[in-house]
Amino acid sequence: MGVQEAMTGPSVLFFFVNAMDLTTLTLTELRDALWAGQVTSVVATEAMLDRIVAVDNEVKSYLTVTDDLALEQAAAADKRLAAGERTPLLGVPVAVKDMFCTRGVATTAGSKILEGFVPPYNAFVVDKLAEAGAVLLGKTNTDEFAMGSSTETSAYFATHNPWDLERVPGGSSGGSAAAVAGRMAYAAFGTDTGGSVRQPASFCNIVGLRPTYGRMSRWGVVAYASSLDQVGVFGRTVADVTAMFQATAGFDPRDSTSLNVPVPNYEAALTGDIRGLRVGVPKEYFIEGLDGEVETAVRAAINQLADLGADIREISLPHSRYALPIYYLIATAEASTNLARYDGVRYGPRVAGADVIDSVQKTRALFGAETKKRIMLGTYALSTGYYDEYYGKALQGRTLIINDFNKAFADVDVIAGPVSPTTAFKLGEKVNDSLALFLADIFTLPLNLSASCGLSVPCGFDGRGLPIGLQLIGNTLQEATILNAAFAYEQATEWHLRQPVIGG
Amino acid sequence: MMALTKDEVQKIAHLARLALTDEEVAEYQHQISDILDYVAMLSELDLADLPPTAHAVGHLVAQQNVMRADIVAPSLPMDEVLHNAPQHAQNQFQIQTVLDDS
Repeated sequence: MGVQEAMTGPSVLFFFVNAMDLTTLTLTELRDALWAGQVTSVVATEAMLDRIVAVDNEVKSYLTVTDDLALEQAAAADKRLAAGERTPLLGVPVAVKDMFCTRGVATTAGSKILEGFVPPYNAFVVDKLAEAGAVLLGKTNTDEFAMGSSTETSAYFATHNPWDLERVPGGSSGGSAAAVAGRMAYAAFGTDTGGSVRQPASFCNIVGLRPTYGRMSRWGVVAYASSLDQVGVFGRTVADVTAMFQATAGFDPRDSTSLNVPVPNYEAALTGDIRGLRVGVPKEYFIEGLDGEVETAVRAAINQLADLGADIREISLPHSRYALPIYYLIATAEASTNLARYDGVRYGPRVAGADVIDSVQKTRALFGAETKKRIMLGTYALSTGYYDEYYGKALQGRTLIINDFNKAFADVDVIAGPVSPTTAFKLGEKVNDSLALFLADIFTLPLNLSASCGLSVPCGFDGRGLPIGLQLIGNTLQEATILNAAFAYEQATEWHLRQPVIGG
Repeated sequence: MMALTKDEVQKIAHLARLALTDEEVAEYQHQISDILDYVAMLSELDLADLPPTAHAVGHLVAQQNVMRADIVAPSLPMDEVLHNAPQHAQNQFQIQTVLDDS
């Protein structure tokens, strides 16, 4: 080894990496440092755990922090790294929404009805994380059973937005979004049933991907609305999200809706070249109620895509305004049947009553107000005499929404628009008004009905300094296309580099 | 427009096996009625002859039953299965008596 090489070799870089705050690294930067031997997973994990201790009493993103387990997993990852293994995510500390079963680690779905539940198995995607060598930092807060858009319906506590502690982080995966934005995890899993990954990503200035329905296994994920639920991924950059997605997507024989199609090389698809990409802008996504500053930022982002060579055209998704009532009926109907399993027999607490039925009814009174309301509405929509009027009509309406997307994707590769009509709202502002809360999801939930994929990428800030997201929607299984479009946009802008000063 | 009666709310709660307080019944009476008013906009749509979509995966792959191979595989150990149960006895989940044995 020559003198010059020695001076710029690993030992000098090791000093450099250690002298800086490791939590400021992106996932892919950390991975490079781990692979180069400049830092250990134990040191990176300790940095994250220290950061959680320092700021999470204000943000409240975690329901459970698994410190001991994390350090054990980090030490094991360091051994694998030392032995020369270079698998994706090896030694990278990540967080998982408390909707995913984690073997030996409490899983609550944000509900009192699952208090004390310790799953005997991992969700498929949690196993994938473990195989990849990722380190589990803990379980993040969620709206109860993912029912909400602000993380305020959690039975435990509300999560605060790292950009403004008086505001919500979005939801339902608000804990995961706040943890990643607050540099308390390098990436995280969420679930997206109507926008629960994309909307909090936009509120927190990070990237959030909701893949095609069936692309990631739902096995071991607490069910809300089974035909709409999909695992999603948060990261601070498009490359970070892609790395986590690449390592955990794929077929699972235990999920009958899992798609048995090959997983392409998403990382290789991030070329940054979007010349000729056909981008459709739906006129129905720029309507009254869309905040002016959000519109300005999103339109500027679309112009940026044009500057990068994309071919922008106006399109129509004519039934967009019906997506919310359709979604409302389908989601609550599915929730009412999915949540029938919580009867205090096999898991969770039991509230004793006079007889079996009385015990079940009293136990189920442990559900929170929003959850009970959705169970009631879904039960009504499915009940004799009302099925055709409500659930039946919603299923037919869903066909119209799918037809809208199919027509649009005959002419364009990507659909671009806002993620949410506003930036982050204040805690308590909409908590008792579920219709107002649902309006936060009007631009995100149509794609859940059609099963296609979408993401949010940072695209600006409003006058209060609150983040704004650009939504890119792709046809089914076209994740590579939207990830590359987001990557091209991200490389051309600096929004994603801004970080919140917590409590500052 | 369309308001649910207290009895209707109680009936739904019974179907859903939810014990509600009187305050909750009053609250849900209003809230659920409001939502039903809102979703009534679906009646504006011409849905005649339109097939329903219960599961969007149907337009990705042919909808068919998914069967696993009929192979015996290990199950979770009994103690782990029962670990989360509020009450269990003789390797079974325990509930209150359903049938009177008199």
